Amino acid sequence: MQPTSKQRLWMYETMVKSRYNEARLSATYMEGKSPLFNMANGPLPGEMHLSDGQEPCAVGLGAHLTKDDYFACHHRSHAQALAKGVDLKRMTAEILGRKAGLSEGRAGHIHIFDYEVLFWSSGIIGQNMGPAVGAALARKMRGEAGIAIACIGEGGANQGGFHEAMNLAAVWKLPFICVIEDNQWAVSVPKAKSTAIASNADRAAAYGMPGERVASNDPDDIFAAVGRAVARARAGEGPSLLELQTVRLQGHFMGDPEVYRPKAEIAAKPEMDPIPHYRRKLIAAGVMTEIEAESIVARAHAEVDEAFAFARSAAEPVPEDAFDKVFV
Amino acid sequence: MSFVEAIAAKPVQKNRNERKLTIAKALNEAIAQEMRRDKNVFLMGEDIGILGAVWGYTGGLLAEFGEERVRDTPISETAFIGAAVGAANLGMRPIVELMFVDFYGVCMDAIYNLAAKSSYHSAGTFKAPMVLTTAVGGGYSDSTQHSQCLYATFAHLPGMKVVMPSNAYDAKGMMTSAIRDDNPVVFMMHKNLQGMGFLGTIQGAIVDVPEDSYTVPLGKANVARDGKDVTIVGLGMTVHQGLEAAKALEKEGVSAEVVDLRSLAPLDRDTICRSVQKTGRLIVVDDDYLSYGVTAEIIATVTERDIQALKCSPKRIAFPDIPVPFARPMEQHCLPNIQKIVAAARSMM
Repeated sequence: MQPTSKQRLWMYETMVKSRYNEARLSATYMEGKSPLFNMANGPLPGEMHLSDGQEPCAVGLGAHLTKDDYFACHHRSHAQALAKGVDLKRMTAEILGRKAGLSEGRAGHIHIFDYEVLFWSSGIIGQNMGPAVGAALARKMRGEAGIAIACIGEGGANQGGFHEAMNLAAVWKLPFICVIEDNQWAVSVPKAKSTAIASNADRAAAYGMPGERVASNDPDDIFAAVGRAVARARAGEGPSLLELQTVRLQGHFMGDPEVYRPKAEIAAKPEMDPIPHYRRKLIAAGVMTEIEAESIVARAHAEVDEAFAFARSAAEPVPEDAFDKVFV
Repeated sequence: MSFVEAIAAKPVQKNRNERKLTIAKALNEAIAQEMRRDKNVFLMGEDIGILGAVWGYTGGLLAEFGEERVRDTPISETAFIGAAVGAANLGMRPIVELMFVDFYGVCMDAIYNLAAKSSYHSAGTFKAPMVLTTAVGGGYSDSTQHSQCLYATFAHLPGMKVVMPSNAYDAKGMMTSAIRDDNPVVFMMHKNLQGMGFLGTIQGAIVDVPEDSYTVPLGKANVARDGKDVTIVGLGMTVHQGLEAAKALEKEGVSAEVVDLRSLAPLDRDTICRSVQKTGRLIVVDDDYLSYGVTAEIIATVTERDIQALKCSPKRIAFPDIPVPFARPMEQHCLPNIQKIVAAARSMM
């Protein structure tokens, strides 16, 4: 399954938008944090996990999904959220802790929730698997359109909950897809030291479901693989496992000195960046021109800038708001 | 209360024979009625199908509602309790069985990080209307990993309701309320009250239960016995011990009021404080561990609101801060009992 030109342009634009969004978040995050870095300070406090490099996974998935598909994401979720169609203004406001944010400032960057497009996330590694399986169960029991996706990292695949959820999804033949974004690093532990096999796709055999690994970090290749899994899920043929080899261009979190990462790998980051590759590829294929590419970039940046203007001017919650929404 | 007021306060009784049920049977009836009423209600957990649940409250449901809505699961609590959250987010109302409360250690993230925080960190958009049923309590030599109560562990964590009925009437009404609640509800069942053939049952738990559907609100305590000299607060099993102690104390001229908490979260602080205002003395009985627990919370509630209400220091009777031992002499020594409550009350007079 190959993406159409329109889909490829959408994937490019969404990747560019996400990357610029991360750059603006990064700059905002650093405000008030010098000369002494303290993550409690500045207009954007707390932890910050950027998704630079992993955009192809997000767009390869997002191109196939509708707002009726339940997407349970991990802590590094910005790119995935954008690709799922999460409201960027309200997401930015949430990340900045504003009342106009998706969760009115209660959740922050690790917990992006947008019910309108069924985007859900959790900061606990691998624990998003169960809810996605349950969402798939609900769709099946209610006879509704819509499938469910859990997106974890390769580190999450070593959680017990991964095994439990995969087995349950397979036993009940649910419209579920587990997507593993393999960025090779579980914070500071490389995959080779944490995982007994090279490809997590092989684990699919243990659950009697198809498993596929895409090693290119190319949106078109990911699109094709995701398309097969999504078609299977929508046709009621049961769950699938995908492992997408990708790259984490930043540290685990902002402030991570990455002392554990080989110098050669750090030096190779520009070459590993998927966005320039894809841009060249689309231009070479005649899908867009340099000028069209630039106008896409400008449009994407403008949308992000608008979201930041909205978020930065939005009001903060009042302290008493903390007591609402504990219960429905 | 005048005669007319007493008549007015009495619920309208249909012309019917008294029908005594165990808690297990009452829960079964509530679940069946809700499943008939709302097709989004379904059950999943271990051994709830053909076996009818280890704690006996799902018998017959598989036959009536089929495998689609009565789902036996693999021994994968992390997956199926997590799945309940996702299913609930999309409009289902799962009832999930966590056989023994002791087992929560393998799936706590799904309970306290996923279910309990679902509303809060999504600003109320991802609702998690689910009931988590689990059995609590010891006293029958089931040792360290099958005898705990862990009330305080759950009630300490915000975002979920934590309830336990002490009798079959409350069990049916509270289960109906729990299923209809839009929030996660941890519904505890005390093994010594449940009505299982393989375990003795406190007879006071087996009471008249109307056949028609009804609700008992969550978050409301019940004054199980009126009194004027001392308030005995308990829940589940310890309510019955309190009632028996009250009978013994009555013979000694001491009038004890017994408050059945029924709900730990939300906690009905008003009913507790109102009782202590009246009696001036407070004993809290709890078969969960002593420290940082239910007893401390109740006493803190009363003393914070009005320490002058107390004529003497409050007392607490709870399981000591040790794992639950197997051998009968050791376990029975540690559990609350009628004699301990009577002795505590006497010492306060």
